[in-house]
Amino acid sequence: MNSLVNGLGAKGWWVAFQGIVAREVLRFVHQRERFLGALVRPLVWLFVFAAGFRAALGIAIIPPYETYIPYEVYIVPGLIGMIQLFNGMQGSLSMVYDREMGSMRVLLTSPLPRGFLLVARLLGGVVVSVLQVAAFLLIVRLYGIDLPAWAPLTVLPALLLNGLMLGALGMVLASTIRQLENFAGVMNFVVFPLFFLSSALYPLYRMEEAGELLWWLCSLNPFTHGVELIRFALYGQVDGQALAVVTGATLLFAALAVRGYSPARGMGSRAPSAG
Amino acid sequence: MNVANVAPAIRLAATLLPALMGLCVASGAVAQTIYVSNEKDNTLSVIDGKTMAVTDTIKVGKRPRGITLSKDGTQLFICASDDHAVQVLDLATKKLVHNLPSGEDPEQFALSPDGKSLFIANEDSNIVTVVDVPSRKVAFQVDVGVEPEGMDVSPDGRWGVNTSETTSMVHWIDMEKRAVVDNTLVGPRPRYAQFTKDGSQLWVSSEIGGTVSVIDSATRKVQKVVDFHIKGIAKDRIQPVGVKLTDDGRYAFVALGPANHVAVVDAKSFEVKDYLLVGRRVWQMALTPDQKTLYTTNGVSGDVSVIDVDSLKVTKSVKVGRYPWGVAVKG
Repeated sequence: MNSLVNGLGAKGWWVAFQGIVAREVLRFVHQRERFLGALVRPLVWLFVFAAGFRAALGIAIIPPYETYIPYEVYIVPGLIGMIQLFNGMQGSLSMVYDREMGSMRVLLTSPLPRGFLLVARLLGGVVVSVLQVAAFLLIVRLYGIDLPAWAPLTVLPALLLNGLMLGALGMVLASTIRQLENFAGVMNFVVFPLFFLSSALYPLYRMEEAGELLWWLCSLNPFTHGVELIRFALYGQVDGQALAVVTGATLLFAALAVRGYSPARGMGSRAPSAG
Repeated sequence: MNVANVAPAIRLAATLLPALMGLCVASGAVAQTIYVSNEKDNTLSVIDGKTMAVTDTIKVGKRPRGITLSKDGTQLFICASDDHAVQVLDLATKKLVHNLPSGEDPEQFALSPDGKSLFIANEDSNIVTVVDVPSRKVAFQVDVGVEPEGMDVSPDGRWGVNTSETTSMVHWIDMEKRAVVDNTLVGPRPRYAQFTKDGSQLWVSSEIGGTVSVIDSATRKVQKVVDFHIKGIAKDRIQPVGVKLTDDGRYAFVALGPANHVAVVDAKSFEVKDYLLVGRRVWQMALTPDQKTLYTTNGVSGDVSVIDVDSLKVTKSVKVGRYPWGVAVKG
């Protein structure tokens, strides 16, 4: 097998990588409902929730903001995080689906290392989430919410890292879910706590006022740090703590995902029951 | 274009870009110093206009409120309300040099265009005290309505105007006769008055009325009443206080107190163009001499918000002392 991999050369790796990413993007482009759904969800939050919550008198100044902001401005990074969170879970759902339909096995029969294939698949999902975020940011701008002119560029590295973290988390989940029907459970027990116990909707100091335990849960939530990373990146700044936590969490989830897909254990060993 | 040509072009861009950016920053920041009186701290905060950082805090008299620069920009006059004096601060040495007689409880004042007379509203005694600055003596006093507050002097020096909070009137003091010769009724609790640059109009804010009255100086009649509405904020929170007009006659900025917003009014059409979110209970404002930046004091949140006049955006809020009240900018 090693000789086979070497024989492919760099070009072979690239072709495989491109193929996997392109498949993800194609899948996304062909599903217009999914694209709309991915956009409508954060927009509903922005136009309905944030409008009702408005806080017309301003939110106290917290970094990276330099002055008072209305709630609509505060919630934007959280909604970007939400897009990526749902995208990561969507990736996990399509992975379970691929496995049931057998195309996952086709993918994993490639002579290239399993880790590489999984990372390529992960990046495909991240590219899709970046496209969704770009469309969202465009609407945000048209809606009249002020962001720095360079924000769509400076936020890119943060989107990449946060997308990888959530995608890897989705993969870990996918490797533990045996059937498509179990996916609703993931929503209840993973997505909602991740989203609501974070700084996406309310600043952490508000949580501190509400209770010490809540504040701790929010501070430990890697999604909080993903959102903060995006928040600072939108303003051309780096939040060191958030960067460290998100990087660490990404590595951890990626390692767990690769382990989850190893033939010795996890999904590979379960697969034969289909055959 | 081949590769060999591209490299120098990139290098050129790499050297030009930072230089251009440096230029943009430099043109926006002439050395300016902002002085802010902190009503509850009995201090003055000094802000560097370039770095937007508080560089110094100067101890002054009790309950400093209105502040204004002398015409030559070397001294700052401070209404130390609870010390019943107007203090004079030398800006070079940052030392209080002497007091001016002010009458009781001075809150706001205005300097005449020649810089020689200071018109001081004495809130508790219902009079306006006019002080001759060079001789440091009271020139004369005029009886006005109850709780005098806002003060201004017309650019030609003919009129001194005072608003009285409880009487809800603008009192027109004829400088030659040294007496009130006319009154104009405005909305309840007028707080602040400012003449346009050409003196043709007087803008007066009414805190309880929630309006700004524009008065024609020739007839001394209200010509237009400007009303304010902010989505999501109750009407009774909209309490106009400070007013600042740009010299070019383009904008009037109105501080809306506990509504935490500054209204931007088109000074020609009297339409409200925008509401800018600033700190809590925005009170007084000052424009830089180049008219590019507006500073607001936000009493309850204890900070100063910085507004870029060209883009009409709030760029920053700087923490100062407790209950910042007055603000003055030295160019």
